[in-house]
Amino acid sequence: MAKPKLAFYWCSSCGGCEESVIDIGPRLIQIAEVADIVFWPAAIDTKYSDLQLFEDGSIAACFINGSIRMDEHEQMVRLLRKKARLVIAHGACAHIGGVYGLGNFYSTEDLLSYSYEHCPTLEHSSNAAFPSLSENSDTSMGLSRLLPMVSALDQVVPVDYYIPGCPPVPDWVFRAINAVLGTEPFPDNRIFAEKKALCDSCPRRENKPDKIKLTRFKRPHESQLDPETCFLAQGILCLGPVTRGGCGSRCISANMPCRGCFGPLDNVFDQGMKGLSFLATLINDLTPDNIDEIISSIPDLGGILYRYSLPTSILRGHVKARKK
Amino acid sequence: MNIIGFLCNWCSYESADGAGRASLTYPEDFKIVRVMCSGRIDPQHIAQAFALGANGVLVLGCRLGECHYKEGNRHALKRIGLLKQLLPYFGIDSRRLKCAWISANDHERLVELIQEMKKELLELEGSETGYEQEGINKAQEVVS
Amino acid sequence: MKGKIDINPITRLEGHGRIKVMVDDKGQVTRTYLQVPDFKGFEAFCRGRPAEEMPIITEKICGVCPTAHHTASSKALDQLFGVQPPLAARKLRELMYCAFVYEDHLLHFYFFGGPDLILGSSSPAPARNILGISDKLGPGFTSQMMRIRDKVRSITAIIGGSPLYPVSGLPGGLSKPITEQDRATIREVAEDAIEFAAKTIDLFHSRVLSSSDFRQLVTSSAFELRTYYMGMVDEADRVNFYDGIIKIVGPDGRELTRFHPQDYLYHLAERLEPWTYQKVLYLRNIGWKGYIDGPHSGVYRVGPLARLNVSESMPTPLAQEEFDRMHEFFAARPVHNTLAYHWARLVEVMYAAERMKELSSDPVITSEHVRNVPANGPIRTSTVGACEAPRGTLFHHYEIDERAIITTLNLVVATQNSAAAISMSVDKVAKSFFNYTNKETRDPNLLEMAFRAYDPCLACATH
Repeated sequence: MAKPKLAFYWCSSCGGCEESVIDIGPRLIQIAEVADIVFWPAAIDTKYSDLQLFEDGSIAACFINGSIRMDEHEQMVRLLRKKARLVIAHGACAHIGGVYGLGNFYSTEDLLSYSYEHCPTLEHSSNAAFPSLSENSDTSMGLSRLLPMVSALDQVVPVDYYIPGCPPVPDWVFRAINAVLGTEPFPDNRIFAEKKALCDSCPRRENKPDKIKLTRFKRPHESQLDPETCFLAQGILCLGPVTRGGCGSRCISANMPCRGCFGPLDNVFDQGMKGLSFLATLINDLTPDNIDEIISSIPDLGGILYRYSLPTSILRGHVKARKK
Repeated sequence: MNIIGFLCNWCSYESADGAGRASLTYPEDFKIVRVMCSGRIDPQHIAQAFALGANGVLVLGCRLGECHYKEGNRHALKRIGLLKQLLPYFGIDSRRLKCAWISANDHERLVELIQEMKKELLELEGSETGYEQEGINKAQEVVS
Repeated sequence: MKGKIDINPITRLEGHGRIKVMVDDKGQVTRTYLQVPDFKGFEAFCRGRPAEEMPIITEKICGVCPTAHHTASSKALDQLFGVQPPLAARKLRELMYCAFVYEDHLLHFYFFGGPDLILGSSSPAPARNILGISDKLGPGFTSQMMRIRDKVRSITAIIGGSPLYPVSGLPGGLSKPITEQDRATIREVAEDAIEFAAKTIDLFHSRVLSSSDFRQLVTSSAFELRTYYMGMVDEADRVNFYDGIIKIVGPDGRELTRFHPQDYLYHLAERLEPWTYQKVLYLRNIGWKGYIDGPHSGVYRVGPLARLNVSESMPTPLAQEEFDRMHEFFAARPVHNTLAYHWARLVEVMYAAERMKELSSDPVITSEHVRNVPANGPIRTSTVGACEAPRGTLFHHYEIDERAIITTLNLVVATQNSAAAISMSVDKVAKSFFNYTNKETRDPNLLEMAFRAYDPCLACATH
């Protein structure tokens, strides 16, 4: 019987999800004995033209990471959805949009302009043309174009399962591969991670206070960070309460607060808005007049609440990113 | 124009009824969503209102200290304070979101608030949110 | 046959890429284009973000070299807030950095570029990868390689919080110290790392250099470019990944200039091409003369070969031995042969391992005091943090307001410095080896080998 086929693809990506597969370590060699990795641009020489020749549904599972930023990514994920029986959103970008989703606070014109126009190292010569914006395909050579907004994978194609995290945890990736190969069960909520919030498995949960009332939010660099006390009790913003667990509290163990990369809990649409509700509970509201002052001690509300999840927020991005 | 009003069941909704009984009219643009308490309003609801095309959102609750559930309106006050900081990230002018605390017989004040809001939104007319009937755009449900 | 050949995508590297080979009606290659079809916009969306979040935001530019961004960013923060890290923190950062360079370079040798060298440039495509390596060298050896990479990456986890994305960088140092137990573990791993580096170097000599095909390619003019070279050196003009002065030498080996990272704008310039999102760098004071090499062209290269070309020596003995062997083989300095990048990379693997052992032998690194907290807000509003990413010099230029919120930033990232040279390498190999008059059947993988030598990181190069 033929070995099941696996594929790994990256959209707008950093390669970290590829590393999370390689970090499976020698177990990868064992996987290659029972499965055929047929498409993985980072590691294998299969080209797009080879992929086109695969029969629809002939790939057991395709692990897709990265945000959908360019038109090429949209085309590729639609193709892979046809070629694969299962599509697994691999990593925070595919799951909830990722850090590149912060680009949704800008129009594509602005994004391109800051890199290709207002840049101190840039020469200013007469034939400086923004890449790809030329309508003349002889000069742009068919270069991929930016979509108006960054999307998560399930905003473009139906997705079967999710592996959260930035980066994902190799053990969860390994479990997902095993589930595809039939040696482990799939999770009933379709997400390879914990069901409870990070606080539930946090090493500092014992001293997390029941009630926290802050008159100011401290930024992480402003004082020595206590390695044992709950960050919220130290007045430092930590998104643990509104973030899914499963990362092993790796940032917390490095004495840094959670920034939400595992995404929201079940039944939450908009991680940032939930984060906002949670922040509200921390504010000391004994005097209503001080509320605005307390809020202004948060240095970048939108960037902290939506560090990883802006594309999958209800509003999705800035109004100027939505205008075509 | 669409102005979504989240009115708490106790003081605010009562004052809306009171406006009716006193034959006071408020603009048709104002669409009421009744909730048990202003503290029940999830910021996701407000985001959803803007995503679906609301020009403005007005949250009305009991006066501070008079909340039917004691603390609910304080939660709302803090959430709205944060939302007003957050909305400009999305290109939504923070004046499009307001909250006010009224008592059950403040029906004149209610009508005033709505009219003031409409007036201010008309002035903001040039800076439309541009949000249309999208909301969360998710691909259809999973195949298998 | 007029037309174009389209290699899409290019594979076994980090990032998206595509090579188009334009062919005239005589079957000759007229021009090639290496396109990078991805873009994220960090230089836009990092604006408005708090400066202290930059180490963890900018590292998302790349999951293969995140520690480079994290480190350049942390150094920029030290400067913005006017706080020097305590000695323990500085050594821990460099230790983590060496661990990262070690495993990243090994990743390239075994997963990316290595299969071409160990299995042969036109070995069948389905096996020309890590799985083919495992078949050829045996799963035992391959598992050993994977395990040493895992162990070295766990050094990044100990100091940085995660084997992949470190999070511990803050202005003035690190978020947490390490224990004596950690230090002992790291030192043991460093010993194993040196041993495996030696095995990899032996493998290179016995399987790669011994092949006459490779020797022919590596010394061929098709795979040669006589460019300028740039890299960071310490006070004795030796390779240092973490800190130093930036030095540039010309194709004849003579020093052109050296500068402090703060002055990068006086020396480096970028230009655009409409067919790729990667900006192309060149030496400002020589000027852009087109995709040509030589002393009158501003085209320059960075990364392992460039670093060795600008340095007088390596700081550690075993690396120095291999440095000498390499220069004996090429019998000239600088070494202009692009495929020598693979060799230079292994010299650096050994240096990284030896440096890891040096640093982890120093008991000061277990000090509790790993951060000097800024007394006030930022003391300056503009700075440049720089270091040597595995693929080349990396600059993080930040401008902030009085609240330490980023107002503008400019990133000059590693591979970008070599962008022109990489295009030229592909072009030269295409023109030298490929003629489509009678249905060229040579494996286009040779074209890909022209860029793979550089170990390009195209997500970094486009950010």
